[in-house]
Amino acid sequence: MALLEIKDLQTQFFTSAGTVKAVDGVSYTVEEGETVAVVGESGSGKSVTAMSIMRLIPWPPGKIVGGSINFDGKDLLALTDDEMRSIRGRDIGMIFQEPMTSLNPVLTIGMQLTEPMIAHLGMSEEAAMEKAKKLLGMVGISEPDRRLAQYPHHLSGGMRQRVVIAMALACDPKLIIADEPTTALDVTIQAQILELMKDLTRELGVAMIIITHNLGVVARYADRVNVMYAGRIIESGNASDIYHRPRHPYTLALLKSVPRMDRQREAKLDPVDGQPPDLTKLDGGCSFRPRCRFAQDHCAKSFPALEDIGGGHTSACFEKDNLDKEVKDVVG
Amino acid sequence: MSEAVSQKRNTRTGSSEGFDEVLVDVRDLKMYFPVTEGVFVPRVVAQVKAVDGVSFQVFRGETLGVVGESGCGKTTTGRCILQLEKPTAGEIIFYGDDITKYDSKQMIDVRKKIQVIFQDPYSSLNPRMKVGEIIAEPMKVHNIITDEAERQKRVRYLLNVCGLASAFADRYPHEMSGGQRQRVGIARALAMDPEFIICDEAVSALDVSIQAQVINLLEDLRDEFDLTYLFISHDLSVVRHICHRVAVMYLGNLVELADGDELFENPLHPYTRLLLNAVPIPDPDIEKGRAHEIIKGEIPSPINPPPGCVFHPRCPMAVDNCKKQIPQLREVKPGHWVACTEV
Repeated sequence: MALLEIKDLQTQFFTSAGTVKAVDGVSYTVEEGETVAVVGESGSGKSVTAMSIMRLIPWPPGKIVGGSINFDGKDLLALTDDEMRSIRGRDIGMIFQEPMTSLNPVLTIGMQLTEPMIAHLGMSEEAAMEKAKKLLGMVGISEPDRRLAQYPHHLSGGMRQRVVIAMALACDPKLIIADEPTTALDVTIQAQILELMKDLTRELGVAMIIITHNLGVVARYADRVNVMYAGRIIESGNASDIYHRPRHPYTLALLKSVPRMDRQREAKLDPVDGQPPDLTKLDGGCSFRPRCRFAQDHCAKSFPALEDIGGGHTSACFEKDNLDKEVKDVVG
Repeated sequence: MSEAVSQKRNTRTGSSEGFDEVLVDVRDLKMYFPVTEGVFVPRVVAQVKAVDGVSFQVFRGETLGVVGESGCGKTTTGRCILQLEKPTAGEIIFYGDDITKYDSKQMIDVRKKIQVIFQDPYSSLNPRMKVGEIIAEPMKVHNIITDEAERQKRVRYLLNVCGLASAFADRYPHEMSGGQRQRVGIARALAMDPEFIICDEAVSALDVSIQAQVINLLEDLRDEFDLTYLFISHDLSVVRHICHRVAVMYLGNLVELADGDELFENPLHPYTRLLLNAVPIPDPDIEKGRAHEIIKGEIPSPINPPPGCVFHPRCPMAVDNCKKQIPQLREVKPGHWVACTEV
């Protein structure tokens, strides 16, 4: 059985401008020890999906209105707040984008790092401090004694993110959700942090959901990829299939939009026109239709369901078999 | 519109061939920021060497990329060229004159020719002004077009050139998306009919598909208005796509400068190599085949930079001499400059 199974998740925000269907029927699974990437642009619902798994959607205005989230044999949506609190930070670790806002500026690194161990595992302060030193060593921070007594503002951005990773690992979680973990960091520090996360998750057998807009990061680190657009997963599959045999016009458009460092510039970029849709004004048809080069009349009538096209590769597009010509342009 | 223009001219990037007229000549530029202590009688206790002796030339019509990580001095270099910072030392030659010696009156004419596009379209547009007013303001201030109706006509023209409908002139910035706002920022820069535009992380805050739209727009405008860009960015993939030549900076120093294709295919400075290696390529098969050599440690403080070559503490090729001797930028191949003694 999968470690995490999300079924038909629906999270909505009730605002004065109308109901925002931020997540609209998302389903996916994460097996033990695997790294799954969720890619999409701002507003595609990738972060809201993650916050829904942690049940951190603020009410008002947000609410999970439907679906189920099964984690390690438990239905997370049926748990009480107390029960959920005992899972958060213990069985599921979190790494957010901006380490300065996810660390408390007035508490020492030591206090923040030991707190989850004392609260969740019932460790004594001394034992927790000992483990905290080990954790800092694991994430490549030298002089752990000195660091434990310091405050977040003493550390650089990369160092802070290492502390956040150490905190996520503190209680031996089964799953780590990393939401844009390296977006705020420089590229060489990004490479360090991602390599560290990859090594640690493999070594410790921790599953990971990595949420990012960076297609390069996905290509380097993920086993499987879910592509989101306007609150839905529109394509998923293993990384190689998504990059070399995309079967959704949006995925194709994303790949044609990214400049590549390894190629001489041959032609101009070929991005999709227009902008993502207003999530309060979605109709019954495919939400990518207005920007889609392959759209037909039937695309307006109903939303295409995710269909398996073999090898665990799924696509939600009526025209998925008609993309060949453009796919060749991308793959070369 | 401009799609056809650029295809006709076939502006191939990645090579500096055919660019020979120097537009801006930056010579030994230094920008030190004082670190002070004491509230009433501040005294200088140290210097942040944000830019420490940088020289390069920008040729008319080219796009020169400046890459590097946070704190390398790329933005400060751009701000010095704009004279938004008064450099500690060095010269910036523009049309035969050193503009660092100019007073604010003399700068007015220069400012018409050198414009800037900033990263964050949220904070670089006045939230209380309508888009039309934002674009018209520089023309009003510089007395470019005095007639109000004419000015409004030009605002609409600039909006259209930047891919926005004329109706956007009556909107406020908060009514627009990030990509649309960046187009307004570009339209405002174009209002003065500039020759040289400094793009400081101009596409970095945008989503992938919107970023590609704005990159295409910048390229079209370059062809249509014969613009020269200084393209400051940390995103090496974007720089490879848009720039003819690329300069790599590290800790206030220029470490490598070459044609785009040459730099990306044949990087010579150890820092450039490690930097390029760190950039993930959006292709899982290629990524599997790459050796991921991770650069160790972090960038040292620019207050107290390492002696000798500033990169030596993290450099895999460093020898004893690197701790003492400051490497000078030297031309190792025609047009390929490197500041490293071990290359």
